[in-house]
Amino acid sequence: MKTNVGIIDYEMGNLLSLSRAFIHLNANPIIIKTPEEIKEIDILVLPGVGAFPDGMNMINSKFFPSAISEYVKSGKNFMGICLGMQMLLSKGFEHRETDGLNIIQGDVIPLPTDSEFKVPNINWHEIMKPNEHQWNHTILQNTKELTNFYFVHSFYANPSNKADVLAETNFGNLRFASAIKKDNVFGTQFHPEKSGAQGLKILETLLKL
Amino acid sequence: MKRVIARLDIKGNRLIKGIHLEGWRFLNGDPNDYCKKYYFDGADEILYVDAVASLYNRDSLKDIIRKTTENVFVPLTVGGGIRTIEDVTEILRSGADKVAICTQAVKTPELISKVADKFGAQCMVVSIQAKKTQNGNYKVWYDVAREKTEIDVVEFAKKVEELGAGEILLTSIDQEGTGKGMDETLIKIVTDATRIPVIACGGFMKPEDFKLAVDSGADAVAIAKALHYNHTNIFDIKSFAASNGINVRKNED
Repeated sequence: MKTNVGIIDYEMGNLLSLSRAFIHLNANPIIIKTPEEIKEIDILVLPGVGAFPDGMNMINSKFFPSAISEYVKSGKNFMGICLGMQMLLSKGFEHRETDGLNIIQGDVIPLPTDSEFKVPNINWHEIMKPNEHQWNHTILQNTKELTNFYFVHSFYANPSNKADVLAETNFGNLRFASAIKKDNVFGTQFHPEKSGAQGLKILETLLKL
Repeated sequence: MKRVIARLDIKGNRLIKGIHLEGWRFLNGDPNDYCKKYYFDGADEILYVDAVASLYNRDSLKDIIRKTTENVFVPLTVGGGIRTIEDVTEILRSGADKVAICTQAVKTPELISKVADKFGAQCMVVSIQAKKTQNGNYKVWYDVAREKTEIDVVEFAKKVEELGAGEILLTSIDQEGTGKGMDETLIKIVTDATRIPVIACGGFMKPEDFKLAVDSGADAVAIAKALHYNHTNIFDIKSFAASNGINVRKNED
């Protein structure tokens, strides 16, 4: 039996690349257009490229938030990617203050523009373990520290509880959360579906968790 | 991180390569096979340019994009003949992550802002074709280097950044397809004048050229001929770069 991976379609993401990555990994991606369709799913993924308020607006207008929190409570694995990860937090500050899904406490704030690094941050960056954080039993359990992944963003997640930070990345003087985790909920700021073999390895790990 | 980008110029369903963006010749084999090889060799991105760019053969370009994204999991930029927001939507829906716009960026620069507003600056690459004049300035050309303008390249680069371009693909028409090395002066004057990433293109032959381009300020280098004809490969370019202290995505990644 192939794993049914639900990919939430709220009209703001490159669903195609993600679906093709899961097909490549021999899973069965299912594009989810309504909350009712979430029930049949083994793993749920929230992708997304774009601005935080637009993303939340689309998710709210399609009545996804309560279905997502219900799914998360069921204990099945959930993963947010890029904007899909950012929206897991309590509040976003892109353009204006906007409520997020509040599954992981914290804010989504702008990258500093005064560093030598360019914003939007469109580049490959290394990820690191925050302090003694272990990657066992997470989407990063098969990933080596300092592996490079592909990022495209101008804002970053800043979880209130540092225990929710799964991986960190340096950006000038800033060290930001490039992956987050809380129980069965995972998120990556970078795009595993665009990060070559190492990115696919993370999605493959998610399928087997 | 400095990126190595494999550039594939396409006509219909075939890979082509010219000199100074003209005199195109077909290369044997399926463009997707070249693309897969570059991906496995460690290409950080893939760039497709539809050299004919007429609307009636869009289906073969979309077919190439689709096949590529089934097996190649790094960012994909597609350019050539993109005139409207609808064209951009169509290319992105086929699986591209970014679009490169050249001719319309010259003719209707407001398209740059429209694309950046709708899809984000990260997917709006402005392709600038530059040619040196006798007095050493650079002018903008367009329509696959067939049409010349009196627009200064540095001024144009600043303008497209202001309009919301996320990246500049800077091709030296003089060096393009010659394998005689990249135009370091051109790279330097454009990267000095802008804050957005600049992809240098044209004239790449050997791994040392990567270092020269990066030292001149390039954030990425797009390579076509030197890869297609096996003059060098991405593995060797990255090994050379890493051993010269340039931060590149490691080959074993």
